[in-house]
Amino acid sequence: MTDATREREPAAWSGPGPFLSVRDLSVEFATEDGVVHAVDRLSFELEKGTTLGIVGESGSGKSVSTLAVLGLHDPAHATVTGEIWLEGRQLVGADERVMEGLRGDAVSMIFQDPLSSLSPFHTVGRQIAETYRKHRGGGRREARARAVEMLARVGIPHAAARVDDYPHQFSGGMRQRVMIAMALVCDPGLVIADEPTTALDVTVQAQILDLLTELQRESGTSIILITHDLGVVARSARRVLVMYAGRAVEEGSVREVLREPRHPYTWGLLGSMPRLRSDVDLPLLPVRGTPPSMLAPPPGCPFHPRCDHRRLVPGDACAADRPELSPAEGHRDACHLPLARKREIFDGEIRGRL
Amino acid sequence: MVRFFLRRVAGAAMIMVIISVVTFVLFYAVPRDPARAFCGKICPPQNLALIRHNLGMDDPLFVQYWHWLAGVFTGRDLPQFGECAAPCLGYSFATREPVFSAILDRLPVTLSVTFGAAVVLLTFGVVTGMIAAWQQGRPLDKIASASSVIGASLQIYFVGPLLVFFAVDTLGLLPRPAYVPITEDPGRWFVHLLIPWLVLSIIFTANYTRMTRSVMIEQLAEDYVRTARAKGMSGRTVFLRFAWRGAMIPIVTIFGVDLATLLGGAIITEQTFTLHGIGELAVRAVQNTDLPMLLGVTLVGAFAIVTLTILVDVLYAVIDPRVRLR
Repeated sequence: MTDATREREPAAWSGPGPFLSVRDLSVEFATEDGVVHAVDRLSFELEKGTTLGIVGESGSGKSVSTLAVLGLHDPAHATVTGEIWLEGRQLVGADERVMEGLRGDAVSMIFQDPLSSLSPFHTVGRQIAETYRKHRGGGRREARARAVEMLARVGIPHAAARVDDYPHQFSGGMRQRVMIAMALVCDPGLVIADEPTTALDVTVQAQILDLLTELQRESGTSIILITHDLGVVARSARRVLVMYAGRAVEEGSVREVLREPRHPYTWGLLGSMPRLRSDVDLPLLPVRGTPPSMLAPPPGCPFHPRCDHRRLVPGDACAADRPELSPAEGHRDACHLPLARKREIFDGEIRGRL
Repeated sequence: MVRFFLRRVAGAAMIMVIISVVTFVLFYAVPRDPARAFCGKICPPQNLALIRHNLGMDDPLFVQYWHWLAGVFTGRDLPQFGECAAPCLGYSFATREPVFSAILDRLPVTLSVTFGAAVVLLTFGVVTGMIAAWQQGRPLDKIASASSVIGASLQIYFVGPLLVFFAVDTLGLLPRPAYVPITEDPGRWFVHLLIPWLVLSIIFTANYTRMTRSVMIEQLAEDYVRTARAKGMSGRTVFLRFAWRGAMIPIVTIFGVDLATLLGGAIITEQTFTLHGIGELAVRAVQNTDLPMLLGVTLVGAFAIVTLTILVDVLYAVIDPRVRLR
């Protein structure tokens, strides 16, 4: 095996530009009903060793865009365009063999439901070990020892005994730990966690998030944390990207986006979330209307049919022109309303409801 | 595990007793008298009564059944035929040979045809189904799927003689179907059974092609298969190590059922190729109102099917660690 002898670049990326850079990523699926525009010109960056939270409702393109980073879309059904630069390598259109070498090694993924995402037919030890052997080579015994080490590292008690158990013999939280052990076995530079706590007990959710943060501190991994739970983002992420209808509508540091949100969709998202400290008589405000069909997304700003503030924009530009993210750096959002006006609306009408 | 086997064996025994009772009762519901057949064309009533008595047919039905059942375990002494050692299934009314040894003689024929065909059709079916799933939507998939529909709509008694006519009579490629004991000459055993195996395969393979294709495609969409891809497993590994493992369970299930069908269908197969197996024995037993033979054949068939179901359950546990044998 050539993989066995290959020495991978050390995890620290010190080249020019960001560690991960996604530029104008679009993903389209050809279906019988037409073309689904799942992701539409999405751009974001991720610094080494930090966590980016991607939030948005179901179907907003969160998972689809990250699956594109791994190159997991079937080319027969999906068209992926744009650029994905990881440590200076362009991944869109990369050779399947190259992607195979990256998956599980440089980039790995933690899925939502560890019960269905782990093979029910193989022991957890084997599932962890085969990832290691695929990318690092080595004998069975060495890979098995590595699996035990990983299981212990993610906090599974009696790892040496449990390495031969099957996923169904673990509890939900323990299974997700197994999944994390499997994702981290090759010390990847980037981990994509797709709703890693959604299928878990509330009490276990915090443990898993803390584990991820701790492992990140130890190994300097960058994490993309996909979630629809803003609480999860507040707890674990440094920056956050809000997605709606396959587009980025707001991006900034967690503090900026959660404290001073600018996009009306983010207001809606925050307003629909229950808070412990708020008045119990204050009703939760769901975002009016339903998410758009991605077969024919609304022209202009995709959020305009559900937006309460579009009348404030002259000439109905919301339905005609697509707003771009602005300003170029820092806390950015994609909305036609002037920044000062949005601050005014937020301070006047929104803040009190949150 | 031990409990599982004890329970299943007890269950199997119950099923076989029930089947033998039903066969017994049904036999007497048929308005034909085996004693009369024994007696010949000119039959004085006292002869008929004597034959009835000797066959034990003047006893009440449940006494007859009890004698028969006891004979299976302890053997019995039949006035008309003589000593019959356990397991005694009686003597054939028609040929006067002991039922048990008659069945034992013919069992290798039926087993060779059935299991040989099973191996061929399972291999063909699974391989073509996997190719179709791998090539999903491409020409090879369409060819495999279309030919499987054609195969499934054919019948043994149509394809059989056709293949014999072309392969044996016209082209002389293969010898005429016959049974050569495998212990005598494995090579000749093989070539002589090739035509029956192929014919059965042509008909049954179709199911496996279609089923393998659809369960593989289903498995390939499973979350754990996506995980395998996400950790860098190659397409081939994902296909063979992950998806195939999950696809085996429905295939094993249907295969268990089909093996039983193949055994039952031995009657047609053996008639088509004039092979002297259990199927032929069954047909003759019915024609001759030969109760002991009929019971014997029915029981052997039931035994085979019951054993197969237990085997399938054990296989489940081997394939899927979540299955516990209880």
